Amino acid sequence: MSVAPAEVERPEVDEATDRPWITIVWNDPVNLMSYVTYVFMTYFHYDRAKAESLMLDVHEKGRAVVSNGSREEMERDVTAMHGFGLWATMQKDD
Amino acid sequence: MGRPYGFSRGRRRELRINLEQVERELLLSLAKQLIAFVEPDPVSADADPLATMVGIDLSAETPDDPALARLLPDAFIDDPDAAVEFRRFTERDLRAGKVANATTVATDIEAGLDVLPDDHVAAWLGFLNDTRLALGTRIEITEDNHDELDALPDEDPRAGMFHVYDWLTYLQDSLVQLLLP
Repeated sequence: MSVAPAEVERPEVDEATDRPWITIVWNDPVNLMSYVTYVFMTYFHYDRAKAESLMLDVHEKGRAVVSNGSREEMERDVTAMHGFGLWATMQKDD
Repeated sequence: MGRPYGFSRGRRRELRINLEQVERELLLSLAKQLIAFVEPDPVSADADPLATMVGIDLSAETPDDPALARLLPDAFIDDPDAAVEFRRFTERDLRAGKVANATTVATDIEAGLDVLPDDHVAAWLGFLNDTRLALGTRIEITEDNHDELDALPDEDPRAGMFHVYDWLTYLQDSLVQLLLP
């Protein structure tokens, strides 16, 4: 799974085996389906099929896990989603 | 089919802004209102200057105003302490980003641009979305009450806000549709 390109080299902290944090995007009545798809494509670099599938999960199931990784990576993703106006939260994946 | 409305692609694939003067003036007014709504409070005299320098606001709390809280949401759904901590480190930058977007839009309108530069697209989309979030929260829009809001009598203050909201929705979608591959 691809996440946003890191601007700063970070030491690899057993990310391959341990990706304990997730970013969740929640449904809301304002955000356009087209815009949410666009955000997932431009920020996460997901292809259109994957971006639309996640968007539909948000719309129909009320939420979707859009990325996972270290706590620092998820802080970056949540901040970016808030910048785009999407309602996002992060939590430990359990 | 009349001439293009909202955003369209020109002959050289440029993004054209097709809006009447009165609509441009409305967007400019909305941009100024959004800036006033989200811009960070002036730094208080007793704030730690080093914290301020790196964008930390030790006094940040979840906003009481639901529209502002929607623009600046909590990053943790069931951990209030983590949410406040996160907010103190990020909220000033988030506000500044939204102000920068609205400022770009205001500057473009004041310059009378008919073509949207590619590197201003993100700012316009962010501004249109933030303004819709603020208005939509204010009129308590849901996925089911669109018709109800559309039928409000003109004297209801929500009626005007709803019509602006609906127009911004059209504008935003017309821009996004041009950008999706």
